[in-house]
Amino acid sequence: MTTAVLDRVRPAPGSRERAGDRLFRLAIAGFAGVILLATAALAWQLASESAETWKTFGLAFLWTSDWDPVADVFGALPFLYGTAVSSLLALLIAVPLGVGAAVFLTELAPKRVAEVLMFAIELLAAVPSVILGLMGIFLLVPAMRALGAPYGVGMLTAGLILAFMILPYITTITREVLLTVPRPLKEAMYALGATRWEVVRGVSLPYSRSGIVGAVFLSLGRALGETMAVTMVIGNNPQIKASLLEPGYSMAAVIANELAEAASDAHLSALVAIGLTLMALTVLVNGAARLMLYRLGARR
Amino acid sequence: MNDALYTRRRMVNNAMFALTAVCAAVASGTLLAILGYIAWQGASSLSWDFLTNLPKPLGEEGGGIANSIVGSAKVVGLAGLMAAPVGVLGGVYLAEYGRGRYAFAVRYAADVMNGVPSIVVGLFGYALIVQPMKRFSALSGSVALAIIMVPIVLRNTEEFLRLVPGTIREAALALGVPRWKVTLFVILPTAGRGILTGALLALARVAGETAPLIFTAFGNRFWDNGWLNPIATLPHTIFTYAISPYQDWHNQAWAAALILMIFVLLVNVTARVWLRPSSGTSH
Repeated sequence: MTTAVLDRVRPAPGSRERAGDRLFRLAIAGFAGVILLATAALAWQLASESAETWKTFGLAFLWTSDWDPVADVFGALPFLYGTAVSSLLALLIAVPLGVGAAVFLTELAPKRVAEVLMFAIELLAAVPSVILGLMGIFLLVPAMRALGAPYGVGMLTAGLILAFMILPYITTITREVLLTVPRPLKEAMYALGATRWEVVRGVSLPYSRSGIVGAVFLSLGRALGETMAVTMVIGNNPQIKASLLEPGYSMAAVIANELAEAASDAHLSALVAIGLTLMALTVLVNGAARLMLYRLGARR
Repeated sequence: MNDALYTRRRMVNNAMFALTAVCAAVASGTLLAILGYIAWQGASSLSWDFLTNLPKPLGEEGGGIANSIVGSAKVVGLAGLMAAPVGVLGGVYLAEYGRGRYAFAVRYAADVMNGVPSIVVGLFGYALIVQPMKRFSALSGSVALAIIMVPIVLRNTEEFLRLVPGTIREAALALGVPRWKVTLFVILPTAGRGILTGALLALARVAGETAPLIFTAFGNRFWDNGWLNPIATLPHTIFTYAISPYQDWHNQAWAAALILMIFVLLVNVTARVWLRPSSGTSH
């Protein structure tokens, strides 16, 4: 996967690279380097801007839960908790839905129908998150209130919106993985008299397990960092509440809400520290996802 | 006995597939529900005046979002101008010369950046440009959006260049054409359609981004001037209007969402239809 296409066209032994070619190669290597530079600058900026917070509160910043910008006391636990809980809720809802949809689209639906439905699912991924948040505020929140949630906004509402945001990722990746299941394996089981569902359960799903786990991690990475839709429906309350119907807060949401109005340097630094933590989390989760999907690619 | 078992297995089979069909219906029906609801809510506030006027002062009904539409076009356009050369040429490097430790690092960085939440990219734009200049600006918003675009365009370009058959390269090289000319004038145009579509899709994606703009472009209720002042953008206006307490602003948020959604849909559908003839080779 990482070999260049031109490997087959090696220069003859003893030949030199032309001056123009060399210049071109170095120039485009420079363009490619911009992304390296940006990544390094991003990490450095976040680290240096948040240094004050790490110095003042140490790592305890991550597990204390007082958030009081007026007194310059900061603890990020409520936001970590909110991000984790809303993302896990989203996975809980979206994974069965997405895997089920992918099974239907690969194993049962006629090809034409599957294509049309996949098109709709892929377009769902293109819907801007601010629009999903808008739907959340004016459709989902009143609905939740009608169903008995005291505020309408809250952890569960955020989890629901997030579920619809990651559903397309889970469905598309799972479908791609299911399509790689070798036909002979399935046919062997059909030959033994298995029903379609038994083939799905006994062959297709087990064979695709690492790919599906990869899809789940990739979606988790998206859910953790999702900002707008969550900010609009989670309730923005920096307290840890046991009930999922109570308003909470997430890491991305607190940055979105407070950064532009951060009054003190300490406040700003604490928000950047949350950003750095969020970035570290997503890099870890995405790394795990890539590992899973890479294993699958190696097997293919 | 055997008959009973067989019936049971068939029933499980049917039940499970009915269940997966429901999942598929929910997954694909969501888009229709969203589109229908936005069209229904947004259409009533949509008018020519809405598209061509500035927002009215607080408390006055009416007004439009002309400045947001122009602002979005400016910010996203500049982001595209910054990201496209870096992404495409970087992608050319990865596809044509991409071996060794340097290319591995670039690929790795692109994957990391692709996963970084857009709000964190916004933080970066804030720390990099807004803080030193002590002002929110269109420029800082564009830089943030460009940083989101580059890794998408980069990896997409690399993928499409890899689909160009080796024989085309060999044919050109065998004629004695220098490698840089082969790359720029033979290989790049061959993959051009895929690369362009990828760039367009990336543009549509960042056009809907709000999080990186909240504390870079910031928003503005008037016409902006130049690149160094706060600027209104469509997604940010939707956000501000949606969380405001005014009914009139809520209606305008729906109308603005309808416009944004139409733009995003148009680009996505066009890209897919346009790519279709060559889609047989892309898998």
